[in-house]
Amino acid sequence: MGLPAHWDDGHAQAIVEKLKHLDGATLPILHALQDAFGYVDAAAVPMIAQTLNLSRAEVQGTLSFYHDFKAKPAMDRVIRLCRAEACQAQGCESLVEHARRHGIAVDDHAAAAGASLETVYCLGNCALGPAAMVEGELVGRLDAVRLSALIEGASVEDVIAMAQEPVGEPA
Amino acid sequence: MSVVRIFVPGDAAALSVGANGVAAAIAREAAARGIAVEIVRNGSRGMLWLEPLVEVETAAGRIGYGPVAVRDVAGLFEAGFVNGGAHRLALGRIDDLDWMKRQQRLTFARVGVTDPLSLEDYKAHGGLKGLEAALRLSGAAVVEAVRASGLRGRGGAGFPTGIKWKTVLDAEAEQKYIVCNADEGDSGTFADRMLMEGDPFLLIEGMAIAGLAVGATKGFIYIRSEYPHAFKAMERAIAVAEKAEVLGASVLGSGKAFTLEARLGAGAYICGEETSLLESLEGKRGVVRAKPPLPALKGLFGKPTIVNNVLSLAAVPFILAEGAEVYAACGIGRSRGTLPVQLGGNIKRGGLIELAFGVSLRTLIEDFGGGTRSGRPIRAVQVGGPLGAYLPAPQLDIPLDYEALAGIKAMLGHGGIVVFDDTVDMAKQAKFAFEFCAKESCGKCTPCRIGAVRGAETVQRIIDGTEREKNLGVLDDLNQLMTDASLCAMGGLTPMPVMSALRHFPEDFQRPAMSVAAE
Ligand SMILES: Cc1cc2nc3c(=O)[nH]c(=O)nc-3n(C[C@H](O)[C@H](O)[C@H](O)COP(=O)(O)O)c2cc1C
Ligand code: SF4
Ligand code: FES
Ligand code: FES
Repeated sequence: MGLPAHWDDGHAQAIVEKLKHLDGATLPILHALQDAFGYVDAAAVPMIAQTLNLSRAEVQGTLSFYHDFKAKPAMDRVIRLCRAEACQAQGCESLVEHARRHGIAVDDHAAAAGASLETVYCLGNCALGPAAMVEGELVGRLDAVRLSALIEGASVEDVIAMAQEPVGEPA
Repeated sequence: MSVVRIFVPGDAAALSVGANGVAAAIAREAAARGIAVEIVRNGSRGMLWLEPLVEVETAAGRIGYGPVAVRDVAGLFEAGFVNGGAHRLALGRIDDLDWMKRQQRLTFARVGVTDPLSLEDYKAHGGLKGLEAALRLSGAAVVEAVRASGLRGRGGAGFPTGIKWKTVLDAEAEQKYIVCNADEGDSGTFADRMLMEGDPFLLIEGMAIAGLAVGATKGFIYIRSEYPHAFKAMERAIAVAEKAEVLGASVLGSGKAFTLEARLGAGAYICGEETSLLESLEGKRGVVRAKPPLPALKGLFGKPTIVNNVLSLAAVPFILAEGAEVYAACGIGRSRGTLPVQLGGNIKRGGLIELAFGVSLRTLIEDFGGGTRSGRPIRAVQVGGPLGAYLPAPQLDIPLDYEALAGIKAMLGHGGIVVFDDTVDMAKQAKFAFEFCAKESCGKCTPCRIGAVRGAETVQRIIDGTEREKNLGVLDDLNQLMTDASLCAMGGLTPMPVMSALRHFPEDFQRPAMSVAAE
């Protein structure tokens, strides 16, 4: 995945124009902006409101409702760890504990530890948990060693390949 | 030498344990050995513990190997796996495996078998027969077939699909819509994802049939953003279907129009609730609408709308192609047809099992699943997602049936089964149910918005040993209030996992208070 560009009003407006014909265009536009810039700048609100003929309050309301849209670009790699029931049954909470040893508190993006850990609820990989999503790739059977590798910046591909190393019987 | 077809799943779960690396290694090794191979990225067969599960097409059928790691690939070639040769990882013919043979795959018949994006493959395996049959019938006759099949909504509520369709059919409007609910937010569920990645044309076919039946020319598939692979698969499949005129201004040359768009959700569990989903599709906050009016009458942009789960819509082509009575012949009581069950959590052999209703949870968990992965005893099983009940091990003889589960204050939901071993702390699970509700509530009504926060605090006090009896009383009242007064099932059903934990595992709420756990 390429690095997101810096916010640029012209580029943003072009994205809005390209998608404005869709029925209920707000979410597709917000997704496209989030993809392009890694966040949705406050400047997007009047832009979308004007183009789609909506009130600013309505656009702001939509923007703030959804977990996916971020107000600031992420500083570090974001590791989205599933903490829903099926992954709980497979020990995801011990990974939350493990991340603390790297100085990372879950859902706290403030610390500059090289990566941040974000809670998600279910990634549809409930039989191969604990599951995580990093840079759009799904990681299965996550364990402490591989979480450390993710935090330390190993490529997602390599971390997935590490799952294939022989391991002992699960504890 | 002819080209050997090798199947390496492109399903997200298979990718999560290394299928891409294996596919690349096979391509490399084949090239180095001068063996001509065609690598097909199929869906997953649903035997997730065997992923990456590689299959080779041989004269004797499709022979499986799994779980394959990159380091196994050279050895597989040495063993002549391209001809089905013997190897430590060899599983034999996949169709002969007990796990597969015992299933009744009506909806998942092609998943893992075909190339998901090949319309030719789809047709060669019986695809489009349902749509062709529907085009020979009147809309009313299609709706009647769906009603007669006994199909009930697979998204959770179990509402009869044919009745919903009839309401939309009878509504007069310039524009009607078909909306597919692919938000699949329940923990422990992944059937919608597997179907969209493994056989996307089936969903397209089901939606086209729905559109033709009720006179809707436009459909949307609302896919949660946690499923980027499924979204990509659907977008690609829609483009292929448009090109082949399965979708478009004249569906299969019938002169009748139906077009489809895939849309992404944005990380909100409540957007799986149908009215919240419609708000979201309209570009608004995912706040639940009061019902009535029903979405069938005033749905997307105020127009009559069918909202159905992926699996409900994907069951329809079979019903049209093979006959409603064939579908209805499977199942028990008022639960007709098959249910794709998803087995997850602490389970040795997790995955997707499609079977007629009536099979017991124990058969699924013990025979298919092989018990816990940890090897410890099963203590609790949550059925039907985060709003579903926790059942204790002795209750697992209950058959898979909407009414039977309701009879023990549980629900089937979307068919997710999550297994926990004896290390689970059920008071913590009860607290989590409230926390989840507090986090994911749309905020429209007080019982849910405030009740969930109070609930989590109250369970924490019980765990801490603070005025236990009094707080257990508070919890009872709160559960009653949320059940009775919430606007939708988010607040209304959160008490289900909580009360089931209290009912079946009271000892977990009476443990000697420990030093407070970090939070
Ligand atoms: C909180 C909540 C979440 C829901 N999530 C989903 C979901 O992810 N997928 C789904 O199909 N139905 C979900 N539903 C059920 C839908 O509201 C609706 O009943 C369903 O989409 C209707 O389709 P069906 O009749 O085919 O099941 C949810 C309901 C509630 C209350
Ligand atoms: S019960 Fe919860 S999720 Fe449902 S409408 Fe009320 S606040 Fe929204
Ligand atoms: S519960 Fe974690 S992937 Fe489903
Ligand atoms: S406050 Fe929502 S129903 Fe009463």
